[in-house]
Amino acid sequence: MKTTSENAPVIQYFIAIAKNVVTGSRFFARIMLMETIKKISAGDVRLASRLIRDLEDKLPHARARLKKLFPHTGKSFIIGITGSPGAGKSTLTDALIAEMRKLSKTVGVLAVDPTSPFSGGAILGDRVRMLRHAEDEGVFIRSLATRGALGGLSQAVGDAIHVMEAMGRDVIIVETVGIGQQEIDIINHAHSVIVVMVPGMGDEIQTMKAGILEIADVFAINKTDRAGAKQLHTELSSLLSGAPLSFAAWRPPIVMIGNLYETATFIEQMAELAQKVFDHYAYLQDSGQLGKRMERKAMMEINDALRCCILEPVIAKLTTSGELQRIAEKVINREFDPYSAAEEISKRFLKSGGENDTGKK
Amino acid sequence: MPERKIRVMVAKPGLDGHDRGARILARCFRDAGFEVIYTGCHQTPEQVAAAAIQEDVDLLGLSCLSGAHRELFPRVVELLRQKDASDITVIGGGIIPEADFTMLYDAGIKAIFTPGATLDSIVEWIRTNIKTRD
Repeated sequence: MKTTSENAPVIQYFIAIAKNVVTGSRFFARIMLMETIKKISAGDVRLASRLIRDLEDKLPHARARLKKLFPHTGKSFIIGITGSPGAGKSTLTDALIAEMRKLSKTVGVLAVDPTSPFSGGAILGDRVRMLRHAEDEGVFIRSLATRGALGGLSQAVGDAIHVMEAMGRDVIIVETVGIGQQEIDIINHAHSVIVVMVPGMGDEIQTMKAGILEIADVFAINKTDRAGAKQLHTELSSLLSGAPLSFAAWRPPIVMIGNLYETATFIEQMAELAQKVFDHYAYLQDSGQLGKRMERKAMMEINDALRCCILEPVIAKLTTSGELQRIAEKVINREFDPYSAAEEISKRFLKSGGENDTGKK
Repeated sequence: MPERKIRVMVAKPGLDGHDRGARILARCFRDAGFEVIYTGCHQTPEQVAAAAIQEDVDLLGLSCLSGAHRELFPRVVELLRQKDASDITVIGGGIIPEADFTMLYDAGIKAIFTPGATLDSIVEWIRTNIKTRD
């Protein structure tokens, strides 16, 4: 038997090799990372789509790539399309893609559909309306499932937008899930929001309510060959003309869109919709409103990132240690309340503890 | 590490409007917890392959009831190969005579499900054979 000291040079030798392998593989990994970033910024659909997938699945290496891509982002015009289920969002997205292609703009589309709360599965069917663009390399369509997010989008949508921006897409269209009255997360992501409405969804009191109607930069009344389209137009116009003065600088235009199968008229109306959206973007730039929107977006992104960095690891730790379960049992038996539990946990994890308490009791 | 979602695309290439089976499968996959991209009928193999790549799916299920599977299925596999996307598993289903099975397997179709195959057996096959990529 050799003693440990006799073994020392051999061990050191192996440690040296191991170190080389580690630095070597790190070096290699870095080269691979740079290569991926380069390819995605050159527009590689395969890698981009895969990165979006990894971001959806929250893989740690995906975030590292997003960090490297971030400097390449922020140059695209982002259009949001939202409205109730069946209003025609996907069909209008399809037609809008065609308009953008006429202007030789490259397009990215993120189409969000709901995840089943029961099985966790999803049917992503927006693409069915956009098949004609499948072979056009200037169009990249990616479906996303909400995975439990409630604001009408998926949590990964902001990241996916960045990936498409980095790819150099001129225009990115984000189609929300079919929404109700207040799923308005899209305003945190898009420069211009189109709200698609259809006749026959209720009287003017519905139109007066807060929420979805307040976020429109452009209104599209779709399916105007149906009864009640004129009435809806009148109601919306009167609502808009009664808007307070602060909103007067940009009054959301209303575009009437008729039957898809009356092709010539439909295409004309879609060209008008596209024009109004560009008008709105020009207004944002000229009026300085664009800066405000960008600030809102940046704030939201920092907020999300903080949540991701601070809240999620804490919850993950508490879950694996079983503490969360124990606290839940105590709360159920009324031995403990959720508020004190949260305070106690925050004291443990945040160095400043309660010192930053602003006195809100 | 969060669990990876299996992404599946269900497509009907060619001139075949019989999509009842494809729709039932799409719903069945949804209920199995997969994310399913449903793309409807009347697509060219080029459209199918491009969509599968844009959606980064693990599995592509082709349905064909018109008898054109001998042409269409191998073409889709070939297009995926050309675009460096052979890691997408392709399976087929529909009215497919047993005599064609070998030809399709040789062309790279990994499994074939014909009328009478249970939904459970298809989901089971996917769970066993599809490993989401790292």
